[in-house]
Amino acid sequence: MRKKIVLNFPPRTVTKPITYHLVKDYDLIINIIHAKIERGETGVLVIEVKGKKEKFLEAVSFLEKQGIKVQLLAQDIDLDIDKCVECGLCTGVCPTQALYLDDEWHIGFDKDKCILCENCVQACPTRSISLKI
Amino acid sequence: MSFKKTVEEINEKIKRGQAVVVTAEEMVDIVKSEGVKEAARKVDVVTTGTFGPMCSSGAFINFGHTNPPLKFFEVYLNEVQAYGGIAAADVYIGATQPSEDRGIEYGGAHVIEDFVAGKPISISAYNKWPTDCYPNTELESLVNKETVNEAFLFNPRNAYQNYAAATNSSNKTLRTYMGILLPNYGNVTYSTSSQLSPLLKDPEYRTLGIGTRIFLGGTIGYIAWQGTQHNPQRKRDENGIPLGPAGTIALIGNLKEMSTRYIRAATYTGYGCSLFVGVGVPIPILDEDIAYKAGLSDEQIKTLILDYAVASNSRPVVKEVTYAELRSGWVEIKGKKVKTAPLTSYVRSREIAETLKNWIREKKFFLTEPVAPLPKDTVFKPFTPYRKGAE
Repeated sequence: MRKKIVLNFPPRTVTKPITYHLVKDYDLIINIIHAKIERGETGVLVIEVKGKKEKFLEAVSFLEKQGIKVQLLAQDIDLDIDKCVECGLCTGVCPTQALYLDDEWHIGFDKDKCILCENCVQACPTRSISLKI
Repeated sequence: MSFKKTVEEINEKIKRGQAVVVTAEEMVDIVKSEGVKEAARKVDVVTTGTFGPMCSSGAFINFGHTNPPLKFFEVYLNEVQAYGGIAAADVYIGATQPSEDRGIEYGGAHVIEDFVAGKPISISAYNKWPTDCYPNTELESLVNKETVNEAFLFNPRNAYQNYAAATNSSNKTLRTYMGILLPNYGNVTYSTSSQLSPLLKDPEYRTLGIGTRIFLGGTIGYIAWQGTQHNPQRKRDENGIPLGPAGTIALIGNLKEMSTRYIRAATYTGYGCSLFVGVGVPIPILDEDIAYKAGLSDEQIKTLILDYAVASNSRPVVKEVTYAELRSGWVEIKGKKVKTAPLTSYVRSREIAETLKNWIREKKFFLTEPVAPLPKDTVFKPFTPYRKGAE
């Protein structure tokens, strides 16, 4: 299985090297999509996880024991196509070409390629792109 | 011998339902496959279209007089300051003015879009200098497009002929009216519908001029004048296409009849507000020269990529490219493959050209001859400061 998850760290320091344990103890392949961890604040880590389902579930209970809140990333970047004028400006700041113009010059969004960098959110002139976690 | 047509003859054909009307994209294919002679003989009208942001946008609105009357000297629409320094109830709302409460996330362009959508708009107006004519000093109310008198879009500048593309050589991200420009030539942005763009399809202004009837914001509008910064003397290629920004047109049309499909507010992060304005100009194919130029393709139209890292009115040229290259999604700069992205919606520009084509076919829209031509000899000057005594 392959899932994108959001980890919310409590403000107190988590001393265990979390990603190390996920890899070593649960045999998961981790891809860090987004990380914002600062001392004294609630930290956020967005990761893509690949591995066996039972190992993944064990990993989730391990994380929760550390006081880390685990959320599945059901939806990431949201493109409001009714608001969008399909200019395509977002495609120029998208590092993975998740946002693209198709052969007919309509806007397309390939969610699997999105790494949640949020460049498009501030680039969109009609404010049609938002981050939904 | 080459033949000629007149606008009058074409209008007669439109009336009889016999006019051949195609979009500028279709004309490119017709000229390619059938040759310019046949294209000129066969096609009567080529329709163009563009849907891009234009900061030099705004609207005049007359709100009617209060009782007792008020001179709207200081006036706000949804907390966006408008200009009231004209006759008492006349106001000009400019697209780029930020709001007092939300800054550039809601500005004049958003007021115009909300007005077009028929939404209620709050108005507050003040006069610190009451007079016998205008004794009232303040007003607070709601208005909408049904409650006001005239409301017309008046764009001092639009449909820029071949606006230059932008990139960034510096090591810092730049936030510009050409969008976010990533460091170290991280991307290139361009703002035109290229082979669909009005002033690129009649590059020497042979058929369009002052008084020309056009598609504007979803309804009928007119070319009012040459636009501000009209720069017809820019260097041109063998096809008469200027290399870089040249001609512009000032546009006017009934805001109440416009549609939010073709009038849309924009915010460029770190820069400000602007307004997407849909414009389509019909080009009557009067002779082979006009047919040839209306049929020029993106492979034949070139522009410049400028370096926005240099904040000057003469930015260095990075490269000359064709629109075919820009529209391929990638250009090469200094050996690096760089992503390109448009500011103008190509798909909606195409929709405008199609809509205008249908209006003409359905006899809802007839062509006009310009009342006066656009000037071809004016010069676009930079600001020149001088002081008294130095004249």
